[in-house]
Amino acid sequence: MFHRESGVLKTTYEADMALYPLPIARWTVAALAVVFFAVIPLALHQYYLSIANLVWIAVIGALGLNILVGYTGQVSIGHGAFMSVGAYTAANLAIRLGSPWPVNLLAGGLMAALVGAVVGIPSLRIKGLYLAIATLAGQLIIEWTINHVTFISGGVQASIDVPRPRLGSYVLSSQREMYYFLLVFVVLAIVGTLNLVRSRIGRAFIAIRDQDIAAEIIGINIFRYKLLAFAISSFYAGVTGVLYTYYLGIANYEQFQIGVSIDYLAMIIIGGLGSILGSIFGAFFVTLLPIVIRYAMEAFGGLFFDPKTVLNLIPNLRLMLFGALIIFFLIVEPEGLNRLWRNIRNYFRIWPFAY
Amino acid sequence: MSEEFGFFLLLLSNGVLIGLMYSLIALGFVLVYKATDAVNFAQGEFVMIAGLVVALAMSAAGAPLWAAIILGLASMVVFGFALERVVLRKLIGRPVIAVVMATIGLASILRGVGPTFFGAGTKSLPLPISDEPFVIGPLFIPPIQLLGAAVSIVFITGFGWFFLWSRKGIAMRAVADNQQVAMAMGINVERYFGLAWAMTGIVSALGGIIWGNLLGVDVNLSLVGFKVFPVVILGGLDSIPGAVVGGLIVGIVENIAAGYIDPYVGGGTKDFVPYVLMILALMIRPYGIFGKRIIERV
Repeated sequence: MFHRESGVLKTTYEADMALYPLPIARWTVAALAVVFFAVIPLALHQYYLSIANLVWIAVIGALGLNILVGYTGQVSIGHGAFMSVGAYTAANLAIRLGSPWPVNLLAGGLMAALVGAVVGIPSLRIKGLYLAIATLAGQLIIEWTINHVTFISGGVQASIDVPRPRLGSYVLSSQREMYYFLLVFVVLAIVGTLNLVRSRIGRAFIAIRDQDIAAEIIGINIFRYKLLAFAISSFYAGVTGVLYTYYLGIANYEQFQIGVSIDYLAMIIIGGLGSILGSIFGAFFVTLLPIVIRYAMEAFGGLFFDPKTVLNLIPNLRLMLFGALIIFFLIVEPEGLNRLWRNIRNYFRIWPFAY
Repeated sequence: MSEEFGFFLLLLSNGVLIGLMYSLIALGFVLVYKATDAVNFAQGEFVMIAGLVVALAMSAAGAPLWAAIILGLASMVVFGFALERVVLRKLIGRPVIAVVMATIGLASILRGVGPTFFGAGTKSLPLPISDEPFVIGPLFIPPIQLLGAAVSIVFITGFGWFFLWSRKGIAMRAVADNQQVAMAMGINVERYFGLAWAMTGIVSALGGIIWGNLLGVDVNLSLVGFKVFPVVILGGLDSIPGAVVGGLIVGIVENIAAGYIDPYVGGGTKDFVPYVLMILALMIRPYGIFGKRIIERV
């Protein structure tokens, strides 16, 4: 990641595919692990940790969406709905059966994967724009169903309180404990995605994205792999939904509406389609954007507007900046933040031996 | 006539009129898709902005109705041209998701711009017609719906004629059919792209006036855009008659479904049923009732 690789020549495919491209990469990863597992959680205040927790949740969701959109090339505007499927599955299990969180997490993910695969069935007949509209329909129908079927949503407010997750008899409740809880899943999600995209399945996904007809001719079963992409992506989404539910302590469909699906699409566009690092960058960027805007407006907005205008302006400013950034990245840097990062890195990679 | 049948007729008439008003908005979507192969996920926001311009011109600037309508039409035409020039021309030849996300981003911007520059409150958009519904037997027909349906029919016929017979319309069909060949025949493709977006602007402005009068003008007016997708998928993405038929189907089905199902599930059927219809359409006939039969399959 940060290492320089002057003079390193790879001679086998194994070396090229390795998770650690160089021995020094192990040290980079170890250093990052120290920063994220020790320095940040111990040095930061609870409030900043709560922001970090939102970022971690978004990272998992963005990775999942990037598998589907970035790697397999299937547009989906239904990610938020799959998250709500996971969230309500886990919440119902926790309330009705009192099952522990690992069971709920897995069940939520699997249920979301199942629903995702069903919503993905149209992708076998239609693609591109039609698929985007079909997944939009999936989002709206799932949203409506959860909101109107009281068996799922558990009452008028369509929200279910869930107990805090516990390890043995220890209850995880503070932001710092949730930080560690979520970070474990972030690491699992990142490693899982890294391994997925360099496996046979991942290569099949990329082949489908690049040229679906050619992919079919070289023997990739498009039917299976497209559904698999939808299922894996939705599994990530379901897990994200369950984690978010446990983080908030409540399952509420308002947390998973169409705006959320669009937020996640924006994350992977801004971060970089078909890139794991890009998903992480995008999740950071989109999660932090409204917080930064709020701080900036509270600090400097008073200089230009009266306080009431500032309060009204903050959410609208967020919408405008958000939209403008999506368009900016689409036009100016379609490969997103990941590309910017690569440009910087490539400059230093062989520095000072520029050729 | 039994009461039961009267209720059904009421729902039916309402559905037909509302459906024609959906067609007007869907027409904007179809015009752009037909000419430029781009999809506009910001159609509802176009309608909202147009409604805001007209409402504000009348209430704040005190302009008479005709001046406000002309201002609304003109500003949407300029907006359409500018949008094509600044954003969409740069995205020609890029994957579908680029255009989809660009228009979603645009929708987000417009939803922020509306309350910031035009005020957040709901504004009324008064038209010089009465609020008293016409009562014919069991039917209650609000005049605004009648006007909306009439405007819709007039403009759909107008655009239908334009595409079939006028020189510019034929050129536009050529562009839609094959951009490279059209270019080789001396058609200025980029100008026609701009023209298509400007035409969408006109239709959106009319939609904004009609729907704004019916619902009041604020950010929520843009939600009407969600009805566009079922309408155009049912009718066919590139078909003007399809917009009418799709609009009628969606309007009628959602009104009848809402009338009979809503009492049991506590509302919201209107937002739900069109999408179920749409999924069915995508499964059975994805190119729609009148659409071109070239859908890429894998």
